[in-house]
Amino acid sequence: MEHQQTPISPEMTFPQQHHSDEEFKRRVRKTTILLSIITVIELGIGLTIYTIHKGPDPSHMLVLMFKGMVCILTLAKAYYIVSVFMHLGDEIRNMIMSVVVPLMLFIWFIAAFLWDGNSYKNLRNSYDKHFEEKKIEQKSGGGH
Amino acid sequence: MSSHETAQGVKWWNGGRSPFNLEYGKLMMWYFLMSDAFTFGAFLISYGSIRFSQNFWADPNVVFNALPGAGHKNLPLAFVSVMTFILIISSVTMVLGVHAGHKGDRKGVIKWLLWTILGGIAFLSCQAWEWHHLITGEHAVLADGKIELIGQTMGGNPWGRLVEGTAVTDALKNTSVQTLASMVHEHHADMNMTDLLKMPQDKLIGMIDLAEMHIREKGPIAFGGYFFGITGFHGFHVFSGVIINIVMLIMTWKGVFDRRGHYLMIEKAGLYWHFVDLVWVFVFLCFYLI
Repeated sequence: MEHQQTPISPEMTFPQQHHSDEEFKRRVRKTTILLSIITVIELGIGLTIYTIHKGPDPSHMLVLMFKGMVCILTLAKAYYIVSVFMHLGDEIRNMIMSVVVPLMLFIWFIAAFLWDGNSYKNLRNSYDKHFEEKKIEQKSGGGH
Repeated sequence: MSSHETAQGVKWWNGGRSPFNLEYGKLMMWYFLMSDAFTFGAFLISYGSIRFSQNFWADPNVVFNALPGAGHKNLPLAFVSVMTFILIISSVTMVLGVHAGHKGDRKGVIKWLLWTILGGIAFLSCQAWEWHHLITGEHAVLADGKIELIGQTMGGNPWGRLVEGTAVTDALKNTSVQTLASMVHEHHADMNMTDLLKMPQDKLIGMIDLAEMHIREKGPIAFGGYFFGITGFHGFHVFSGVIINIVMLIMTWKGVFDRRGHYLMIEKAGLYWHFVDLVWVFVFLCFYLI
C-alpha cells in the first residue's frame, strides 16, 4: 500500500495486495512450522492407533476418536495450505465463495457414500439365505 | 487491510473488469483445481465406501512399515512421513518462488523453482520405491488350505486377518517345497536356495519359525486397485507439476516473463503445485493414517 502499483492485467481493477517482505517471511515461516507440527501430531496419533491395535483388547471407540482427531487436523492443514500458500485468503470475498461454496457438496457426498457402504456391510452380514427362503415359503403357504 | 476496503464504491459488475479482481487465466486455474478436487474426492469417497462395506481392513501401519536400507525392520509410517515432509517443503519453496516473481526477481524465481522441481522428483522417486517394494515384497498367506507367497498387487492383498495354531501347521503340510524353501531362505539368508530346495518337506517345516512368520489370510482385493489407482493418479499430478515447473523454469531463464512485465504464469503454476500438496494431505490421511 505504500507504493502504487499498476494492475498487471486490464481485467484487474486493483493491484493485488502483496505483503511487505518482512510480513511475508513471517507468515510463511509461521505456516511452515504449523504444518510441520500438525503432521508430527498426526504421525503420533497414527502410531498410537498402531499400539492400540497391537494391544490385548483394542478399544474401538478410542481408535475411532483418534481417527476423528486426525481428520480434523487434516482439515486444519488443508485450510492453511489453501488460505496462505495459495493466497485464497487474500482474494475478494465473492471469488472465495465461488470456490468454497460448491465444495460444500462434499458434506453430503462423504456422508451418503460412507453410509451406503456401511449399510451394504450390515445387509450382507445379516442376510441368511436359508432363513429368508423359509420365511417366503411360510408366507406363500399361509395364503392358500 | 486489503480487498474489502478497496472494493467499496467500485461497480464490480458493470463490465470491462473482472468482478473477482483476478486475471482470467488465474481464475480458471482455480475452477480447474476445484473440479480436480471433486475428481480426487470421488475416488477417495469410493474407496471409503468400499472400505466401510468390509468387515476387515488392513491396518496401514502393518502394510507401510518399510524404509529403504532398513531391511526387514518394522518402522510403521517412517517412509511416508519423509514423503509428506518432502511435499510440504517443496510447497514452501514454491511460495518463495511466487513471491520472488512478485518482486520481478528473476534469479530468485529460478533458484526456488529449481528447489521445487528437485522436491517433486524426490517425491516421485520415493513413490517408485514404495510401489516396487509393495509389489515385489512377498508375504506368506494361507489360502485354499496351503501357504502361498504373494505381493501387494491389483489381484491380491496379503494383509488379511492373522492366522495361528493348527490351521497354520496343517497348511504347512500342504505347501510346496518351493514355497517352504523361500520362507526359510528369508530368515536364513546364509543358506543356499538350491540346497534348501533339495531338502525334504518336513525338515523345511521344522526350520520355519512360526512366531516370526505372521501368516495371514488374504485381505480385501479392492485395496490394491484403490491404493495404486489413487496414489498413481496423484503421482501423475506430481509428474505433470514437475513438467509444468520445468517449462516455467525455461521460460524464466529465457526472460519471457521479464519481457511480459509480470510473473503471473509462475503464480498459476504455483497454484497447481500447492494443489498437488493439498491432495497428498488427504491421500496421506485416507491411506496411511486411518
